[in-house]
Amino acid sequence: MKPADLEFLAALCRSRAGLKVAPEKTYLINSRLSPVARREGFASIDDMLAAVRAKREERLIWAVVEGMTGAETAFFFPREAFNQFEKELLPAMAQRRPGGAVRIWSAACATGQEAYSLAMMAEEARAEIPGLRPELFGSDLSERCLEKAQSGLYTQFEVQRGLPIRKLVTHFEKIDDMWSLEPRVRQMVRWRRINLISDLSALGRFDIIFLRGVLATMDEGVRARVLENVAVTLADDGFLVLSPGDDLGGLTGALLPLDGQPGVFGRDPNFRKAA
Amino acid sequence: MKTCLVVDDSRVIRKVARRILEDIGFQIAEAADGMEALAWCRAAMPDAILLDWNMPVMNGVEFLRQLRQEPGGAAPVVVFCTVEADMEHIREALGSGADEYIMKPFDGDVIEAKFIEAGAL
Repeated sequence: MKPADLEFLAALCRSRAGLKVAPEKTYLINSRLSPVARREGFASIDDMLAAVRAKREERLIWAVVEGMTGAETAFFFPREAFNQFEKELLPAMAQRRPGGAVRIWSAACATGQEAYSLAMMAEEARAEIPGLRPELFGSDLSERCLEKAQSGLYTQFEVQRGLPIRKLVTHFEKIDDMWSLEPRVRQMVRWRRINLISDLSALGRFDIIFLRGVLATMDEGVRARVLENVAVTLADDGFLVLSPGDDLGGLTGALLPLDGQPGVFGRDPNFRKAA
Repeated sequence: MKTCLVVDDSRVIRKVARRILEDIGFQIAEAADGMEALAWCRAAMPDAILLDWNMPVMNGVEFLRQLRQEPGGAAPVVVFCTVEADMEHIREALGSGADEYIMKPFDGDVIEAKFIEAGAL
């Protein structure tokens, strides 16, 4: 790829979705865009980008940008975050919402493993927390990822990434070479395409938000905006779960680290008080 | 150092598994079938066992049932590692005392994740 094309691609991803694209990672870019170019009927990535420049067609632009989002994900990964969810965050929130729904959002969930892991845990928690009504939402920028997530179908390789064998036996059945998640858990999750740099206030409020491994993929210039967009959707007493590496470093005054819960943030009581 | 017995009739698989398990901190012993594995366990019970299903002389599930009856045989963490990838086999393995189950082909990440899952690390 030509340097000018790489710069064009990086600028496109940054402006449309806040994605950080490192132009020097040509191998990564090639591996992500080759399937897009093939699908869109271009002989090469160069041809596809030339067409994007020439026509500025929205559908193709989004195919490129969505193709650049990472889809690497695994069930129950990393385990500590899910243990924290199961043992502490979910029971604590259920107590605060007696008889009410607990709304849980897996943001930038790629092919859905995180959302379904939360759903499996929430489903199993219902035995111990009577009246718990978990409502799960999974979102991603990529329509293709969401389609796969919605299907609940995973390869043998995918179900061996983090999924304990007893959970596989309990919640999946094998159909040909694929493993299919049971409808009961699949139907617990609602899916929606969401661009985290856009206004999210129409989404309502969530009690627990998983925004893990996301900030690192975003351009430094939009991280504060993403955090504030997400903070707007966080319940006043909600939990926002980030990756340990996600350093807020004064990025935003909207969030405060919660004592005794590493990686978990709450909404600053002074943030958009009027809203 | 924790010990792991690698039970597989394929020398190549044993070699690959040995390398992965040594990297994550196990001392390795090898057996080519269930009978040989049982002899190993009677001499020195390992902390963990990576177990193939289809083997000559004594297969993996026969070995596992026998192992769980032996003195001290309840202790080792047993992780199946087999080409058998259907629900019936997985249920049978778990019902016979397996802790985790890997469907071949595998790689280092899967082995490590499954050993952590089973509590062997």
